[in-house]
Amino acid sequence: MKRALLQALADHGLASEVQLVETGCMGPCELGPVLLVYPEGTFYVRVRPEDAAEIVVEHFLKGRPVRRLLWTEGAPPPREIPFFARQKKLVLANSGVIDPERIEEYIAVGGYEALGRALTQMTPEQVIAEVRRSGLRGRGGAGFPTGAKWEAVRAAPGTPKYVICNADEGDPGAFMDRAVLEGDPHSVLEGMAIAAYAVGANHGYIYVRAEYPLAVRRLEVAIAQARKLGVLGERIFDADFSFDIELRMGAGAFVCGEETALIASIEGRRGEPRPRPPYPATSGLWGKPTLINNVETYASVRHIILNGADWFAQIGTAGSKGTKVFALAGKVRNTGLVEVPMGITLRELIFDIGGGVPAGRAFKAVQIGGPSGGCLPASLLDVPVDYDSLREHGAIMGSGGLIVLDDSACMVNVAKFFLEFTADESCGKCIPCRVGTRMMLGILDRITRGEGDEEDLRRLVEIGEMVRAASLCGLGQTAPNPVLSTLRYFEDEYRAHIHERACPAGVCPDLVHYAILAERCRACDACRRACPTGAAQGTPGQPPYRIVDSLCIRCGACLEACPFGAVEKRPGQRG
Amino acid sequence: MITLRIDDIPVQAEPDQTILDAAKAAGIRIPTLCHLPGLSPVGACRLCLVEIRNWNGKLVPACATPVQEGLDVVANSDRLRELRRTILELLFAERNHICAFCVANGHCELQDLAAELGMDHVRFPYRFPPLPLDASHPKFGIDHNRCILCGRCVRACSEVEGAMTWGFAGRGIFTLIEADLGDPWGDAKTCTGCGKCVQACPTGALFEKGRATGEQEKRPAIVAALTERRPRAQG
Repeated sequence: MKRALLQALADHGLASEVQLVETGCMGPCELGPVLLVYPEGTFYVRVRPEDAAEIVVEHFLKGRPVRRLLWTEGAPPPREIPFFARQKKLVLANSGVIDPERIEEYIAVGGYEALGRALTQMTPEQVIAEVRRSGLRGRGGAGFPTGAKWEAVRAAPGTPKYVICNADEGDPGAFMDRAVLEGDPHSVLEGMAIAAYAVGANHGYIYVRAEYPLAVRRLEVAIAQARKLGVLGERIFDADFSFDIELRMGAGAFVCGEETALIASIEGRRGEPRPRPPYPATSGLWGKPTLINNVETYASVRHIILNGADWFAQIGTAGSKGTKVFALAGKVRNTGLVEVPMGITLRELIFDIGGGVPAGRAFKAVQIGGPSGGCLPASLLDVPVDYDSLREHGAIMGSGGLIVLDDSACMVNVAKFFLEFTADESCGKCIPCRVGTRMMLGILDRITRGEGDEEDLRRLVEIGEMVRAASLCGLGQTAPNPVLSTLRYFEDEYRAHIHERACPAGVCPDLVHYAILAERCRACDACRRACPTGAAQGTPGQPPYRIVDSLCIRCGACLEACPFGAVEKRPGQRG
Repeated sequence: MITLRIDDIPVQAEPDQTILDAAKAAGIRIPTLCHLPGLSPVGACRLCLVEIRNWNGKLVPACATPVQEGLDVVANSDRLRELRRTILELLFAERNHICAFCVANGHCELQDLAAELGMDHVRFPYRFPPLPLDASHPKFGIDHNRCILCGRCVRACSEVEGAMTWGFAGRGIFTLIEADLGDPWGDAKTCTGCGKCVQACPTGALFEKGRATGEQEKRPAIVAALTERRPRAQG
């Protein structure tokens, strides 16, 4: 697309008139690739290389926007579209606006001003006090007060001290850290430098997944440029402060997002967590006091220094300040990354910004907080999105993954899906997580096959609570959440699987059956030809056809093939 | 000295001691399995979990948690006993722990703990995964079916013998103890054949060749005896 546009610009002699900037993520995934034309802010969606010439000729030469590529006919500029208008962009403010591979563009929008101010006008204690007063809490998921963590590292005896950025974003479907690293890498470097100054560290590491090659490249470029301009290196801003950053690549283990496992991995050991205390603040990397924060946390820091703690603290709720980026996914119209003030309700997030569930289906639940988050039902849509409210209802903020489920989802199957992920990613060090999650998975598997009993529900809760309380690290402590929360809000569905041997949503293959409605069947033979096992049987022209249940593998081919809507998938086993 | 309470008994401890050390000195029994005096604590088996009343009831491993002034520790309660029993059940269900056929029958810490904690049945389905037995070493053997992944062999090998033959491979339920880079034990070039791993192993997973059912006695105390004579190895 970029090449096509450059070519089209060159063809029409506009190469020096129109500047093409490759930016980071703008948020709305399902509309991509997107193109934003300034100064008027025309927002083109789903552009393709073959559209390049038309955009250049019609828009740039003749001054007429290409209407068919606008989001909607006569669309308002992006700032007024609800998807954007309801957002509040701090961490993602530069993403999609500046060229992330040019430090000059970052500086032009106020970049490294916060670092300069911290180094030249503030003592480390003042920086910490400001962060503390802002109410910023860790964006990695647990929500520990950032200022308190910085204070603990500063107060901890021992040198050298280290600053680590946790960019091991592992939740499936979550990509906010990636967007920040790819769209505005300098904001993370700046946040880390400010943090290092505050806690008294001179060396930093960014632990980033190797599966993010673009993020890695842009970080490498950003670090090289920052060193060149002296915002990393010796005596930054002529202050008595030196700081440099190295990258470390993660090999894809989910558990390495846990801070002690991450540290073990940087040290070259097996990525396994260890019990805390001692916390990394007192004994972290190579046994030294270590500050470890998430990408989004660091990216928030400059806004606090620039605009003041009071300004930051007025965004959000009493206990959760600032903004949070969410990855909207699943059965929602506008998927993508959104940044919203803390305390917004789930309803606003999913329906106003997300555009709600696509037509024809109804909202059923939202899985919030990644694979170890919880599933909240429609009755809790007005719960404010903040650390404490979510935890109270059995979900977590987590990294900000948000998967919307419609009424075609089976909650038992959903719980099984997420638990499968965490059980597979368990490192195996502690027994509750290693074996407990497997035992829970076994029970869920039995229930979805129609072999569960009432005792299984009790046992799921019992093991779940044991795994939650007794596991060594956050992975095990949160792994039962999807199961416990669906049991809490959708127990009926579990009971239908157990007592009626029926999957109400029609998802679990062993708990549905296919049938042909005699009055609709025209004996066209389509189902018989589509069926891979010979379960759909009949003679052309002699309705009705029938489905032999013992041969049926519930693939649904007959249902897809039938032109008359005569094939039906019904919950429950054939009577 | 630091003062804390364990099961409502005031206990004094040195600052570098763990909750487990302090409890032991006070004569309070806390069950352990992955812990072995002389090796670094890892807090993996979760049997020594104790509840800290003044940390919101947080559960921490007594073996790996340093004492702190004013800690209010619950070392034994119905909740903890139930938890420990459940953990043992999970271990018994995970691989193959049929004592009657085991070389370590009667000399097994897992078996002893089951008796101590009253674990008289297992509520979970036995998994019985088909795991190999490696008898390639001239003196010893390893039966993965009996292994509980406590890592005592790994630590004894690296921290006391300094050979670093043993390590963990795979992850989660598929984790296995492995010699060198997955070589048969007998081919492992780093192994000195010292046998400390066998003595450190709490079950019949590591054994001396030639032992029949119930004949494999273990002397895990040699690890502490060695490290006490060689304080350097503890660093």
